[in-house]
Amino acid sequence: MSRNQATTAALRSVNVDVSLDAAETGGGLWSDVWRRFKRNPIALAGLYVVGFLALMALFADFIANDKPYYLEYRGKTYFPIFRSYIVSAKLGQWPAELLNVDFKKLDGAKTVFPPIPYRQTNINLLEPVEPPSMKHWFGTDKLGRDVLAGIIHGSRISLSIGFVAVGIAVVIGVILGAVAGYFASWEDLVISRLFEVMLSIPTFFLLITIAALLPPSIFLTMAIIGLTGWVGIARFTRNEFLQIRNLDYVTAAIALGVSNRKVMFKHILPNALAPVIVSVVLGIAGAILVESALSFLGIGVPAELVTWGSILHEASTTTFAWWLAVFPGLAIFITVLAYYLVGEGLREVLDPRLRGLR
Amino acid sequence: MAAYLAQRLLLMIPTFIGITLISFLIMRLAPGDPAELRAAGGVGAAAGGGISIEKRGAVDEAMAQWRAQYGLDKPLHVQYAVWMKNLLTLSFGESFKDNQSVWDKITERLPVTVKLNFWSIVVVYLVAIPLGIYSATHPNSLGDKITTLAAFVLFAVPLVWAATMAIVFICGGDFYYLFPPGGLESLEFSENWPLWKKVKDHAWHLFLPVVLLSYDGFASLSRYMRAGMLEVLRQDYVQVARAKGLDEKIVIYKHVLRNSLIPLVTILASILPGLIGGSIIIETIFSIPGLGQLGYESVLARDYPTVLALLTVSSVLTLIGILISDILLSVVDPRIAFGRRLQ
Repeated sequence: MSRNQATTAALRSVNVDVSLDAAETGGGLWSDVWRRFKRNPIALAGLYVVGFLALMALFADFIANDKPYYLEYRGKTYFPIFRSYIVSAKLGQWPAELLNVDFKKLDGAKTVFPPIPYRQTNINLLEPVEPPSMKHWFGTDKLGRDVLAGIIHGSRISLSIGFVAVGIAVVIGVILGAVAGYFASWEDLVISRLFEVMLSIPTFFLLITIAALLPPSIFLTMAIIGLTGWVGIARFTRNEFLQIRNLDYVTAAIALGVSNRKVMFKHILPNALAPVIVSVVLGIAGAILVESALSFLGIGVPAELVTWGSILHEASTTTFAWWLAVFPGLAIFITVLAYYLVGEGLREVLDPRLRGLR
Repeated sequence: MAAYLAQRLLLMIPTFIGITLISFLIMRLAPGDPAELRAAGGVGAAAGGGISIEKRGAVDEAMAQWRAQYGLDKPLHVQYAVWMKNLLTLSFGESFKDNQSVWDKITERLPVTVKLNFWSIVVVYLVAIPLGIYSATHPNSLGDKITTLAAFVLFAVPLVWAATMAIVFICGGDFYYLFPPGGLESLEFSENWPLWKKVKDHAWHLFLPVVLLSYDGFASLSRYMRAGMLEVLRQDYVQVARAKGLDEKIVIYKHVLRNSLIPLVTILASILPGLIGGSIIIETIFSIPGLGQLGYESVLARDYPTVLALLTVSSVLTLIGILISDILLSVVDPRIAFGRRLQ
C-alpha cells in the first residue's frame, strides 16, 4: 500500500539487523533491548508508571475499600478484605455478626482501614458533589461516591479493557498480516481490501454503532474495540513479512520442506515481532482512550459502573465540580502518556535505523 | 501511470462492496428488528408505555404492513440488493425518528461539519509544518526536545478530557467565561449585523471546537514532518546542494521542504476518519448541529436508515480521499506507480 510509505517515513520498521546487532553485543535480543531501554530515563519513567498502575489495579481492594484490613470485634479477630475474597469465591461465608454490616459503625471494634476507606460503589446521598477535603481527597460525585475510590477501582476497568481489546486485535492482526505478507498473492489482495475497508469506515462511529446496538457489557466492549482495532497491527505484520519472506534463510527453510505454517510462525514471526510489540503497547493506550470516550458518551459500559470516562461525563453536566473533571481526566492522561512513552522507548531501541541518531 | 490508475480504481470496487456489506450486516444482524423498534418507538410512546392485548394485534398488523412496505420481509440478500440500488441513486429512505428524508437531514447538517473540519485541517497543517521544519533543522536542540515532548503530551491528552476541562474552566461555569459553552452563534445573532461582527461571532464560537479537534492532528503531523524532513536531509542531493555553496535557507526551503511535504499529502486521508470520530465527541459536547451530533443521536435512537447512511457516506468519502491522495502521491513521486508494477 502506498500509504504505508508515508507511515514508514515516521514509523521506521525493523529488519533483521536487530538479530545481527544482538549477536555482536552478546546476550539475547531481549537483554540487549532492555539494556538500551534502561538508558532512556523518560521511557523508564513511563515503565515505572505503567507498573504502578498495574499494581494499583491489582490491589485496588486493598487501597480503597469500605472494609478494614483488620478487625477485632467481640473478642474475635477478622480480616474482612481477605474474607470478602473467600466469600466471593464461594469458599466460605460471612460470620453472622458481620453479614451486611457497616464496618465503620461497629460498636467497640478495633479496626485498621485502608488509606481510602470507601469503595467506588458507596453511595452517600448526604455528601453529594463535595469538593476535595481531608475526608474525600478527590471530592465526591452526585451520588456522594468517593472520586478517588472510583478512580482507583476504575483503573481495573480501563486496564483490563486495554489489555483484552489489544489481545484480540493482536491475534486477528498478526494472523491476517502474516497470511497477507507471506503468500503475497490473492490472499494479500483480499486481505488488503479488508484493510482498506477498515481504514475507510470511521472506526469510532462504527464502534459506537455496534456498542449501542448490543446490550451494555464490559466484555462486549472489549470485543468490539479489539475487532475494530486490528488494522494497524495487521499492516505492520504484513510489511515485515513481505520483507522477511525474501530473505535467504526463509528460502532455505521452504526448500527444506518446512510447512508454511511453521515457516510463518516459527521462523518469520520472531523476526517480525519488534514493530508488532511497539504497536501493541501503543494500542493499549489507544484502547484506553477509546474506552474513556465510550463511557463518557454513555455507550457500551453499563451505566452503574464507575469508570474514568463516566466520572468525567458527570463533570460536563455539573460544571462547577472541577474535581470531577480534573482527576479522572488526569488518570486517563497519565496512563495513556505512560504507555506512549514505553512504546516510543521500545521503538527507539528496536529500530536499528534510529540508532545513529541518538 | 494509466495502468496504476486503472488498477487502483478496479480495486476500489471490492472495497466499496466490503464497506456496504459490513455496514448493512451490522445494522441488520443486531438484536431487535427495525419494525419492532419503530413500533416500540411510535406506538409505545403514544400509548404511554405498555401495549394492551387488544392493541397488540393491531400493532402486529401494522408491523407486518410496515415490514412489507420497506421490504423487511424479504430475505437478507434481496434486502441488501434493494438497499444497494437505492444507495447508488442516493436515496437513503426516511428516518425512523421523524420520517424526514435521511438525505435532507444529512445535507442540512453537512456544511457545519465541513466547516469545522476544514478549519481543523487548516490549523493542523499551519501548526505542524513550521514546527516540523524547526524540529528537523535543529535536531536534538533544546527547542526540538521541547516540541517533541509537547507533541507527545498533547497526543496523550484525551479529547473528552480536554473538552470537559474547557467547558468547566473557560466556558462560563464558576471560573472564566472566555468562550461560549456551545452552539455556533450567539443568541442575539442577527443577519443584520455588519459582516465583521458576524465573522467575529462565528470565530468566537468555532475557536474551541477547532482547537480541540486539531491538537491531536498537529501533534502527530509535526512528528511525521520532522521524520520525513530528516530523511530527506540525509540524502545525497542535499549534500550536493550544500557542497556547491547554496545558502542554507535555499537548501531547506527550495530543495528539502518540497520533497518532505510529499508524505503529508497522504496523511490527509488518514486523519479524516479521526476527524469524524472527533466530530462526534466535540459536536455532542458543544451541541453543534453537525453530522457528528446527528450520528450520535441516531445511534442512541437506533435510527437505522440514518446511521446506515452516515456510515456508508463517510466511509465512501474517506475511501475517495485515500484514492485521491494515492493518485496525488504517485503524481509527485513516480517511483510509487513504478514500484507497484514491479511487485
